[in-house]
Amino acid sequence: MVQRNDDVTRRRFLRDGLWGACLAGIGGVAGYAAHKSQRTDWVWQIDPYKCIACGNCATYCVLEESAVKCTHVHAICGYCKICFGFFDPEPYQINEGAENQMCPTGAIRRKYVEDPYYEYTIDEPLCNGCGKCVKGCNAFGNGSLFLQVRHDLCVNCNQCAIAAACPSQAFRRAPADHPYLLKSVDHA
Amino acid sequence: MTRSSHTLILFAVLLATGAAAFGLERFPPPQFETDYVRPTTTVPNPPQGFWEYIDAGVLIVTLFLATYLILRKRSRRWIFALMLFSLVYFGFFRKGCVCSVGAVQNVTLTAFDSTYAVPIAVLMFFALPLVFTLFFGRVFCGAVCPLGAIQDAVLIHPVRVPRWLESGLRLIAYLYLGAGVLFAAMGAMFIICRYDPFVGFFRFGGNWNILVLGGCLLLIGVFVGRPYCRFLCPYGVILRQLSRLSRWRVTITPTDCIQCRLCEDACPFGAIRKPTEPWPAKEYRVAKARLAFFLVLLPVLIGAGGWAGYELRGWLAQIHPQVRLAQRIYLEENAQVEGTTDASDAFRATGRPSPELYSEATLLRDRFGIGGVLFGAFVGLVIGGKLLSLSVKRRRTDYEADRASCLACGRCYEYCPKEHERWKNRKERLGRS
Repeated sequence: MVQRNDDVTRRRFLRDGLWGACLAGIGGVAGYAAHKSQRTDWVWQIDPYKCIACGNCATYCVLEESAVKCTHVHAICGYCKICFGFFDPEPYQINEGAENQMCPTGAIRRKYVEDPYYEYTIDEPLCNGCGKCVKGCNAFGNGSLFLQVRHDLCVNCNQCAIAAACPSQAFRRAPADHPYLLKSVDHA
Repeated sequence: MTRSSHTLILFAVLLATGAAAFGLERFPPPQFETDYVRPTTTVPNPPQGFWEYIDAGVLIVTLFLATYLILRKRSRRWIFALMLFSLVYFGFFRKGCVCSVGAVQNVTLTAFDSTYAVPIAVLMFFALPLVFTLFFGRVFCGAVCPLGAIQDAVLIHPVRVPRWLESGLRLIAYLYLGAGVLFAAMGAMFIICRYDPFVGFFRFGGNWNILVLGGCLLLIGVFVGRPYCRFLCPYGVILRQLSRLSRWRVTITPTDCIQCRLCEDACPFGAIRKPTEPWPAKEYRVAKARLAFFLVLLPVLIGAGGWAGYELRGWLAQIHPQVRLAQRIYLEENAQVEGTTDASDAFRATGRPSPELYSEATLLRDRFGIGGVLFGAFVGLVIGGKLLSLSVKRRRTDYEADRASCLACGRCYEYCPKEHERWKNRKERLGRS
């Protein structure tokens, strides 16, 4: 074997030292992060109390059909006969005709329950998350309609494209075991 | 106007006046007399977490397999097959998320945000390729990374990029890494994911501008091998540095170099280094002086970078939505702009006093000051380090794959006559047995 001179040995020592330090560094970072990590995962969600229903959710999602949909908590709903989430501000008639509806895709179903109450349900595959109904319901109703990221559709991008475009900073990361930020009756 | 619309308007006015008295619950939810049952709100759960662990498992398997194929089997064909598998699995099947490149930001955010902790699977995506690189070189880049794979697959007619241009363009990647870490640490945005050029292809849709950017990169990638990996990838620059220290690495020849020069132009990424000639004594003296000068210059560059970063803090801070909002509100309140934006309307609707927002923005700006100093110093260090490395010449007697730049794609193997000899020997051995 060739005798190594001092220089090579020193370089080798430095290199090995640096190598060990890098490995220890990666281990340290991983250990620290693993130690801190208690929850399994994070998902994106909209804080309904911050959301202003600007309409960005319908257009900025990377999916062809936005993962954000209108969500309805019936416990808060007033079952209004004239629903400002359902009807156009200037309807021709108070009935379910398409020309009277606020929703551009006709995704809200109106059903008579008992006088004077009507039930409103969201036909989710039709909803595009534009938030027009949310705006109406928040302005004049109980605010039982609000936007939420639907996790059966969301692909959970590391940086949500809608979150980056959200003007009211309503998007935040929520723990995956509590993936929805629903409005509750107390707040309504 | 119809009668019904009059009713609506009257209703609205009544409501608007009554709203304050009722609080937010303007219409108390009814008590039904019929046996009507309220529908429950459906809350579909996110896809189960086990997918992430499958991903992490596939990552481990592909990394080991890549190591075997690149360092042991030395077969470009198999490496390419594994690369295509990674492209299909991590890219098209798992939609390009989560990836190691973006995971850098999750780990950074974990360190700076007390409420956030990186999921274990994402942490594995961050750490495992680094560990593998320390042991085996950039096998991750070679056959596992889907971003690398999509570019490698379109590389048809490689052209040589001059060394000076390559070194210069690579600075963008360091800047990108620094900015990505800075903005993640400040909780502003994950820019590396936001501007991921290929994720749109994996999902067959996305932001139009990013798709165009990705398309351009792929188009360039037909001629310039893996432009994102070499000039932009922020994770790649970490792997570069670790790869310099790796225990084992790609060697062009399986045994010894016979200086045949056949591999000289084999690498589409310009990572093959020629044997060096001894320096003339005169030039050596000049080079020594230059090295000394750059060594002295290094702290100056770091300091200058830090100072520049600090001065740019206001500009850097603007990526944070809270700071942008505060600026907008300030301009609006001082009547320097007309009209309002969605963001400023949303802020006013919350009823928070604007001084509170201003102080928050000032705090963020100060934090960006510290971050800016570190970011600038990092950029200074990178430039200084680059100058130093350019003025040092390593003695090399053989044709070698550059430790840092080699992407472990395995293209050079088949150019080596010694490799052909190995194939022949193996075939003979197999034939005999």
